[in-house]
Amino acid sequence: MITLHKVNKWYGQYHALKSVSAEVAPGSVVVVCGPSGSGKSTLIRTINRLEPIGDGQILVNGDDVHAAKGREINRIRSHIGFVFQQFNLFPHLSVLDNVAIAPVRILGLSWHEARERARALLTRVGLAQRIDRYPHHLSGGQQQRVAIARALAMKPPVMLFDEPTSALDPEMVGEVLQVMQSLAAEGMTMICVTHEMGFAREVASEVWFMDHGEIIETGSPAEFFSAPRSERARKFLAEIRH
Amino acid sequence: MLDILRDNWLLLLIGQYPNGPLGGLAMTLILAVCAIAAAFVLGTLIALARTSGIALLYWPATALVYVVRGLPPVMAVFWAYFALPVLIGRPIPGFWTLLTALILYESTYLSEIIRAGIQSLPKGQVEAAKALGFGYGRITCDIVLPQVYHTMLPSMVSQFVSTIKETSLGYIIAVQELTFAANQINSQLLTRPFEVFLILAVIYFLVCFTLTSAARFLERRVARQRNAPALKVQPA
Repeated sequence: MITLHKVNKWYGQYHALKSVSAEVAPGSVVVVCGPSGSGKSTLIRTINRLEPIGDGQILVNGDDVHAAKGREINRIRSHIGFVFQQFNLFPHLSVLDNVAIAPVRILGLSWHEARERARALLTRVGLAQRIDRYPHHLSGGQQQRVAIARALAMKPPVMLFDEPTSALDPEMVGEVLQVMQSLAAEGMTMICVTHEMGFAREVASEVWFMDHGEIIETGSPAEFFSAPRSERARKFLAEIRH
Repeated sequence: MLDILRDNWLLLLIGQYPNGPLGGLAMTLILAVCAIAAAFVLGTLIALARTSGIALLYWPATALVYVVRGLPPVMAVFWAYFALPVLIGRPIPGFWTLLTALILYESTYLSEIIRAGIQSLPKGQVEAAKALGFGYGRITCDIVLPQVYHTMLPSMVSQFVSTIKETSLGYIIAVQELTFAANQINSQLLTRPFEVFLILAVIYFLVCFTLTSAARFLERRVARQRNAPALKVQPA
């Protein structure tokens, strides 16, 4: 479903992604972890071309993301849900319209149809009572759940999460992880950059450990957490356990 | 002074209308509203050109902004007065000459207000729209400009106040606006210029002060909306 083939990315002289190759099978949940500055967010942002790459190839649902010309990239992106660390809800739109706007503008649904879809999704993430509010009326956890509903409104076959709980107060992390967990249970293909190792252990089908722009180690959560193969992964796990 | 106002209030308000052309405060406001409305559209296009990253659009727009902002507004009026008839090939009424000059002048100032708004918008807004599959046009119309206009509303009202004051330049090319009407009254009375121009000053002040107060009110409202605290966790 997602294939990364020898992906390289530079910021000037800095080599941010070093020949990264990996595959994500349909229905699997990949958790990407690693120390700060290891290239996790850069990697996930290259998958829908929010970041361009230097060379290599990224295929999503058979589309070559970085070879797309003109408006083709918009079509590809509309099939890849993306959830940001800072939520990035549209502050001038109500919660309901934040979720409904993309199906109207991109899929050509009427506002009535799109709002019905949005209402159902907001109910699913537990925000049925907040549909007429504006983002600044919501807590961080609620905003992130709206952001997830907004991405789901396009019915993407794959969802990318870029540190979705990092900007949240600890008491709000659980409500977001719960929504992500229910998505995984329904068979959604997901890549999550996260420091929530509990989530990785329980939900992930595969863990990718990154450091210095490389995927150092991949494996099942059981293997990775109980017997990491690389020294760097062992050091990382020791540090986060403290 | 009150007798001057009593005898000439209609002239100050609507000029010689309906027995002659519309003028006075009505013409001043019509000119200002038309100028700011057209400048708003042109200013948005200039701001988009300046933030497009396309050299072919960026450089002409930037040159226009720097040149016009580097000149006094009366120069814009003179240029419109002398150049427009040459360009179009026939004489242009004073109203259109002044309107063209005001649109040109105000659009460059408004464009800078709008450009600042576009550039201060968090990068995440555009990224979120891109991630949903929005193209440049949709991002601009649905996400960027509505937020920019909302934030910039107080500055735009202030610019409208400036435009009202700048319509007084119409006097030098005989456009029958408020200053022109006051000067007509002064020419009839001859001996009471201080009173006539005090009345004129008071009218301008009242109109502009009201709008400036409205701008301050809007500014407070926008600041309140932007800084509204997030609610504490509530049962959903």
